[in-house]
Amino acid sequence: MTALLEVRGLRVAYGKIEAVKGISFTVNAGEIVTLIGTNGAGKTTTLRTLSGLLHPLAGSIRFDGKPLTRVPAHRIVALGLAHSPEGRHIFPRLTIAENLQLGAFLRKDTTAVAQDVERAYQLFPILGERARQPAGTLSGGEQQMLAMARALMSRPKLLMLDEPSMGLSPIMMQKIMTTIAELKADGTTILLVEQNAQAALTLADHGHVMETGRIVLSGTGPELLGDTSVRKAYLGED
Amino acid sequence: MHELPQQLANGLILGAMYGLIAIGYTMVYGIVQLINFAHGEIFMVGGFGALTVHLALPDGTALLLALPLMILGGIAAAVAIAVAAERFAYRPLRGAPRLAPLITAIGLSIALQQAVWKWYPDAKKARVFPQFKGESLKILGATVQRGEVFLLIAAPLCMLALGLFVARTRTGRGMQATAQDPDTAKLMGINTDRIIVIAFAIGATFAAVAAVAAVAAVAAVAHGLKYGQVDFRMGFITGLKAFTAAVLGGIGNIYGAMLGGVVLGVAEALATGYIEEIPGMSQFGGGSWKDVWAFVLLILVLLLRPQGLLGERVADRA
Ligand SMILES: Nc1ncnc2c1ncn2[C@@H]1O[C@H](COP(=O)(O)OP(=O)(O)OP(=O)(O)O)[C@@H](O)[C@H]1O
Ligand SMILES: [Mg+2]
Repeated sequence: MTALLEVRGLRVAYGKIEAVKGISFTVNAGEIVTLIGTNGAGKTTTLRTLSGLLHPLAGSIRFDGKPLTRVPAHRIVALGLAHSPEGRHIFPRLTIAENLQLGAFLRKDTTAVAQDVERAYQLFPILGERARQPAGTLSGGEQQMLAMARALMSRPKLLMLDEPSMGLSPIMMQKIMTTIAELKADGTTILLVEQNAQAALTLADHGHVMETGRIVLSGTGPELLGDTSVRKAYLGED
Repeated sequence: MHELPQQLANGLILGAMYGLIAIGYTMVYGIVQLINFAHGEIFMVGGFGALTVHLALPDGTALLLALPLMILGGIAAAVAIAVAAERFAYRPLRGAPRLAPLITAIGLSIALQQAVWKWYPDAKKARVFPQFKGESLKILGATVQRGEVFLLIAAPLCMLALGLFVARTRTGRGMQATAQDPDTAKLMGINTDRIIVIAFAIGATFAAVAAVAAVAAVAAVAHGLKYGQVDFRMGFITGLKAFTAAVLGGIGNIYGAMLGGVVLGVAEALATGYIEEIPGMSQFGGGSWKDVWAFVLLILVLLLRPQGLLGERVADRA
């Protein structure tokens, strides 16, 4: 297998506070890899660094064979890395259709973009029904669908999802997880950050457990699901 | 007693000019949350750019022919200054506490005034600007000077062009995205630095059009503004009024800027014309009090509707 994303010794700080203290992991093409961990473990910081919104103190990031560390954020999506940020961050005063168009901001193939918009509406029919409404009028769960659909509009090689199930009802949560599995079946590689460790590990090929800026445990999805310390800490068992 | 139609026309003309300048404040604020206090001076530099073109043209060139070239000259000068200000004064301060760029803007405003005063030939006195000759026009019972007609045409055309640009073009959509959520805009592949430069450039373009319009319009709209000439201080009080208009309309909203400009202009004209008719208020009327009434209006709007006339209460879901 080829490593699509290779992170080595990554350290990231906010001022003097180091939030990510030297982590290494790889994501192979076609896989789902998940990062789980407690609040403040550094998962979001890691993703924001990968997409260029934060700059690392040290370490290397290689994506699709190219170094990413000095590439400005707005160039990274063009390389095939899309990021659906924590807390959705849809553009509230633009319509749903316009939000999706922005996901395809750099694409010149307008007919294929239009097809992808249709595909997004098939995936999430509510987005099609409300296409001309301001995205800020959607419910939290619907906004989450929009954020995910918008990230897909760039046709990424690697899709990074930061807590896609946050604030969702169990039914919506199930729907998002099914969608992630379908995306994988279509060949999209996914780096998934989740609070819902059970759901994430069930889907994932590999998982990494983060605690205060470090990866403390790694393994395949089933391995981590079976691990007693993981079950204790993240799946609420004692 | 002044005729009401005349007062309304005067207010509308003045307001259209405030509105054009206010768009610059509002666009830049909407995208980088910076009050570009030097914007009034960008307007002034636009006036001098146009004057330079006028002086370079052969004597006796018809104003109707010269005007488009003068506008281009004004835009070139204003845009050059605005883009340089963004690049060298404001961009290095992005992410700094908000007071830092604000103080820089005030410093830049003074520096630009002094630079023109010192280096532009004979700019220590006001310089005469060409004017339209010929009869004034009668429109709906109001007398409108020929130069003012230009302003009344330019303002709605500029608004329309800007509205279409923001709503229909890819860059315009990138602009809205950057204004609403700059980090996420980057994740879409939008070069937000470029978008910010474009916002400054558009603001400067509008200010230059306003400057040419303002000075091409012949006097008598308001006492304080010396039409028919340009001088290095002309951006100061006009810029302050245009900023007031931007806040009045709801800062960040481009249509609000124009509406705020018109409301302010009309209020000023009516206050100038009618306040002294109110029993006991005779000493508060006339031109010398109009700036006071403009700011009284601002304070009232901010008390009753702090987000401005067309501003939205920011209630985005987190
Ligand atoms: N902008 C910031 N400035 C300073 N510190 C920050 C900032 N953002 C995050 N941190 C700190 O960095 C650490 C890692 O935060 P991060 O958001 O990456 O955690 P996380 O694993 O995504 O947590 P959660 O599961 O709650 O989303 C935390 O201690 C947090 O307080
Ligand atoms: Mg997080």
